[in-house]
Amino acid sequence: MSEQRKQWPLYEVFIRARSGLEHKHVGSIHAVDARQAVEHARDLYTRRQEGVSIWVVRSSDIVASDPGDAEALFEPAKDKIYRHPTFYSIPDEVKNL
Amino acid sequence: MYTQGLDSLGADCLHQATDAVTLEQRFQSKVDADDRIEPKDWMPDAYRQTLIRQISQHAHSEIVGMLPEGNWITRAPSLRRKAVLIAKVQDEGGHGMYLYSAAETLGISRDELLEQLLAGTAKYSSIFNYPTPTWADVGAIGWLVDGAAIMNQIPICRCSYGPYARAMVRICKEESFHQRQGFEIMMTLARGTPEQHRMAQDALNRWWWPSIMMFGPNDATSKHTAQSMRWKIKRFSNDELRQKFIDITVPQAEFLGLTVPDPDMRWDEATQHYVHGPIDWKEFEEVLKGNGPCNRERLETRRRAHDEGRWVREAALAYAEKQRARETQAA
Amino acid sequence: MSASPAIVAASAQLRFRYALYLGDTSLILAQRLGEWVGHAPALEEDLALANTALDLLGQARHLLSYAGEIEGKGRSEDDLAFLRDPSDFINLALVEQPNVDFGHTIVRQFLIDAWQLELFECLQGSSDPRFAELAAKALKETRYHYRFSSGWMVRLGDGTEESHQRVQDGLNALWKFTGELFAPGAVDEQAAAAGLGPDPASLRAAWTANVEQVLTEATLKKPADVSYRWFGKRHQHTEHLSHLLAEMQIMQRTYPGVQW
Repeated sequence: MSEQRKQWPLYEVFIRARSGLEHKHVGSIHAVDARQAVEHARDLYTRRQEGVSIWVVRSSDIVASDPGDAEALFEPAKDKIYRHPTFYSIPDEVKNL
Repeated sequence: MYTQGLDSLGADCLHQATDAVTLEQRFQSKVDADDRIEPKDWMPDAYRQTLIRQISQHAHSEIVGMLPEGNWITRAPSLRRKAVLIAKVQDEGGHGMYLYSAAETLGISRDELLEQLLAGTAKYSSIFNYPTPTWADVGAIGWLVDGAAIMNQIPICRCSYGPYARAMVRICKEESFHQRQGFEIMMTLARGTPEQHRMAQDALNRWWWPSIMMFGPNDATSKHTAQSMRWKIKRFSNDELRQKFIDITVPQAEFLGLTVPDPDMRWDEATQHYVHGPIDWKEFEEVLKGNGPCNRERLETRRRAHDEGRWVREAALAYAEKQRARETQAA
Repeated sequence: MSASPAIVAASAQLRFRYALYLGDTSLILAQRLGEWVGHAPALEEDLALANTALDLLGQARHLLSYAGEIEGKGRSEDDLAFLRDPSDFINLALVEQPNVDFGHTIVRQFLIDAWQLELFECLQGSSDPRFAELAAKALKETRYHYRFSSGWMVRLGDGTEESHQRVQDGLNALWKFTGELFAPGAVDEQAAAAGLGPDPASLRAAWTANVEQVLTEATLKKPADVSYRWFGKRHQHTEHLSHLLAEMQIMQRTYPGVQW
């Protein structure tokens, strides 16, 4: 497993395209530390002015939901249609609602 | 091009998933519904292996593909051309990185993939085993090789595997300048001095057939097209894409006043397509086997860069480890 | 340079030569970095070196075009880059030194980045607005180059035994070329007198402080200054420049007067 240790760790990269927008996941890069990860992300993912801000995070530090839990996690929201404005019927003549 | 090796590999893993029928059915119906498969989703092992092979071949092709054109960075004939060429070769490195990044979501590391490349066990597009003896080759690569690559890649933007499709969208967007700069070089040469015109024609002669072969073997001899199509990793057959490329490119050559080196090439009114002469598949097989003009040189160059860079990569890791130890101590 | 009491109007000849001096320096360094593309120690570094090469090439193109404009004889950036003889180039000798390995390359880059940081900072106040404008843009680029090269100086210097040795070797080999950065050559001395650019000697203190700080962090030893100085800016080049130019200029020399 000495081969394993020789790799530069993987970082996930998030870019804010411009002020007012959220950071969006764009891919990953390899780097030995956070400073270098930002530089590598800049060199790879912003060659055409794609961003004004970069986040990097060690891939191994990301906690993700299990796709196997997707039904339990997300389907219960499916029938709560009363959370959406279209659920309510209001006469057309009533304005500003 | 990136599919060429695929057609001869991977048959063994196709039938291992029989015990997971429902999972497989659910997976396939997702694919059929044009839903995307994401890294942590269940997927048949054969699908995973096929993707790893295809994406890494594609990534290796980008990385090896830096070399034939990189050969001209120091000798580009104007400062403008030099800047464009550096940016283009850099893009290819970047595209390799996007693709390795997509492959890594399938549970294999970039270092493992690079080891396969350097050991000679992984394939990359044979086109990059041809030499670039003149400046015109840089033009021909941009025009023909990138043209063929784009033709191959655009359908992959809708590939069923999310990370691969997203990488491909980014790549296609960035590559649109590659083909145009290549055509511009060819145009300048074709309209230049007689010597330049000859240079352009020679380059077209060198790159035409290899470009045509980039689309891989004929459909009749290509074994796995059907499975890849069912998985929506592939959306058009080799021959369909090849035909599309020829139909688009022959008129471009005519515009340049250059002659495609195929005496049998003719326009067929009935089908509204060009008909091309026989492709020398023996040559294709030979280059694929490693007997092309530059196979050995390309791999040796990559190996040398990897070996000579080892101390640098190790030093960076060693420094980062020391830093972490210092921070822990200070805390 | 702002301290210069008597600002002499800069002659066209002087502005021409000053543009060449800065342009040649950026061009030759870009050419060296271009040699790395496709061969770097990691893909990430291929991209980084290419980015720096492109910045420097951009600076060179601006400066050489401007030089041609000032000269007024219809010479383009390409004429100046590809059709001058080695003895006509006035780049700093440091930038023509070969890549050798990643360690040498990083040392060369770091020493010049630290110098360009000070140079462009001052040049923003040039009496010639075109130089000032270029400096403002180049300064931003240089800050990133410096971040890259100083980061690698520390990583390599304080990395493994091998990397420490290699980068120290690079430093020992290249140090003798740093004297030129601050010694008067005919160009920058006159440029300083005319308020065109900084007095080279005035950049020394800040450069030295910067370099010493990074060398300390990198656990590297600063080599002793040597008496002999190469003077690229006085047309005294090392043997490497003519090889570099032979390669760079081959197309334009082989096919004179042709459009590419």
